[in-house]
Amino acid sequence: MRKTYLVLATLLLAGMLLAACGGAATPAPAEEAKPFRVAVVMPSAINDLAFSQSMYDALSAIQAEKGEENFQFAYSDGLFVVDDAAAAIRDYASQGYDLVIAHGSQYGSSLVEIAPDFPETSFAWGTTVDTFADQGVTNVFAYEARSEQGGYVNGVMAAKLSESGIIGVVGPIETGDAKLYVEGFKAGVAATDPQAEVRVNWIGSFSDVALASEAAQTHINAGADVLTGTAQMVTGAIGVAKERGVLWFGTQSDQTSLSPEIVVANQVYHWEVVLNQMIDLIESGTLGGQAFAIDLANGGEVITYNPDFDLPAEVRSLAEDTVKGIADGSITITLP
Amino acid sequence: MIQDLLAPAVLIGIASSGIRLATPYLYATIGETFGQLSGVLNLGVEGIMLMGAYSGFYVTFKTGNPVLGLLAAIVVGGLMGLGMAIISVTFQAEQGISGIGVYLFGLGMSDLLFQKSLGTVETVSGFQPVEIPFLSQIPVLGQIFFRHNLLVYAAFLLVPVAWFVINKTTWGLKIQAVGQNPAAADALGVSVSAVRYATVTLGGVLSGIAGASLSIGLLNVFQQNLTSGMGFIAVALVYFGGWSPVGVLLGSLLFSLVNALQNWVQVLGIPIPSDFAVMMPYVLTILALVFAVRKVTQPAALTKPFERGEG
Repeated sequence: MRKTYLVLATLLLAGMLLAACGGAATPAPAEEAKPFRVAVVMPSAINDLAFSQSMYDALSAIQAEKGEENFQFAYSDGLFVVDDAAAAIRDYASQGYDLVIAHGSQYGSSLVEIAPDFPETSFAWGTTVDTFADQGVTNVFAYEARSEQGGYVNGVMAAKLSESGIIGVVGPIETGDAKLYVEGFKAGVAATDPQAEVRVNWIGSFSDVALASEAAQTHINAGADVLTGTAQMVTGAIGVAKERGVLWFGTQSDQTSLSPEIVVANQVYHWEVVLNQMIDLIESGTLGGQAFAIDLANGGEVITYNPDFDLPAEVRSLAEDTVKGIADGSITITLP
Repeated sequence: MIQDLLAPAVLIGIASSGIRLATPYLYATIGETFGQLSGVLNLGVEGIMLMGAYSGFYVTFKTGNPVLGLLAAIVVGGLMGLGMAIISVTFQAEQGISGIGVYLFGLGMSDLLFQKSLGTVETVSGFQPVEIPFLSQIPVLGQIFFRHNLLVYAAFLLVPVAWFVINKTTWGLKIQAVGQNPAAADALGVSVSAVRYATVTLGGVLSGIAGASLSIGLLNVFQQNLTSGMGFIAVALVYFGGWSPVGVLLGSLLFSLVNALQNWVQVLGIPIPSDFAVMMPYVLTILALVFAVRKVTQPAALTKPFERGEG
């Protein structure tokens, strides 16, 4: 019995080797028939109108562009427990995906342990600039959002629209692209109206919608008439802004649909810009070691304006000039 | 900077914000108090709150009527409470473990239904703030107490009602007897199972309302894991409050007022690191629990299933 298995295994192995050789000899048809497969692990829901949705939308956009026969992706969302996410990353890697994305900076410490076990698989994680190259890892890409750029543009508009001169920010935890966004936003307000005051409230959580809502109430009670905020718990703050009739600036995804009355503009992430670069590198044999960033210049960050909001033409053109200035380098944002 | 906190407008803001934040905790803690007084620890409050929040939101979204949404949350919460009663009273399952099961069911189910039925975050017009005529015009007090939505008022009215039911009615005395000494209560002709079924189902109803007080009261949105741990804090507040409605009221208010305070501390730009500020409610609640709370013993039969003829 055992001998039979041995023979079978040898035959299978031989078959695989031959198939591989065959593939090398006539590359074109075999390569084209096989789609590029991506798997992504995300901390919140794919429809969170924020961080996770931005990645889901990007993968959907790539699939629409390349076609389902050439590009496929799988996802696990809602993995706010890092251990669960680590298990999912390992599962996807062992299933032979071409690229496994760990969409959350909290997943990094798990990824640095998993990636060396799958040297043939490419991994990506963000938002960060660390590819673990200094730890000898060669198959991890890093990506980040220069969210201070869109934050600056939002800040410029907020300063123009605020009548009370008090602008409130609802942030999650002072880290990553949330921190960059808030600092850019403050710089944009300060450059436009030095008298205006930006008040920041970090609620200490990416998920506590009730506290985000109460933080918005507090800002409004303290005199703020324009609000912004980042991460998936801001839906609570947007609800309050709508009820109390103050303006809102969004980031990460387009949040206009949630409250068309009061959303002015959004910075929307288009990760497909950097994902396409990674896919090209992987197809040419480079599996990691490079860090990417989306920004206003490369089109990875786009400012969307709510068509239902009556934004004064002067403010709109100032915002568009600011986008151009940041993209061509004539406006530089100094972060503290 | 610090003296800004003492400005009248800020103090009013803190008090009024604390009252809003305390509302979901009040429903959940009072419901859990009934269950625990009768001897059943339900750790599934969080899951029931999530289901209540989802069903209340969905019905309000579809019908535009938050009263129907509230009814849906009551029914769904009651059914989940009934489920917990079947598991813990009839089948006598270990209460801690089965409560976690109820939590995970609620977490997963509310998310699944949300993804399938709504697909994205939406807003509804839920219970709007109602200014109580005359009372809301009283300086200071009117602004703090009488400009909230109906679910906020009802939560605070629930405290004296629960106190009365527990301490002044026969049913309340039966609940306490069943929680302290079920064998003796049984010998006197009190049906231990019936009392526990009733309290755990009532706890489910109130947890369902607690969830709805978020999704169609304070927030007017629903998203995955909306309650983010509030149900577990509620269970802790029941211990904090020493199994009395007044105690859980004080616990809920302390926790929520400190949360409101830290919000204002950050908004006013008082230079305290935000990480420290958001820790304050938890640290103060633990300190109060350790140093200030008088010795109250928990119901003697808490977490112990009752079988006639045993012990």
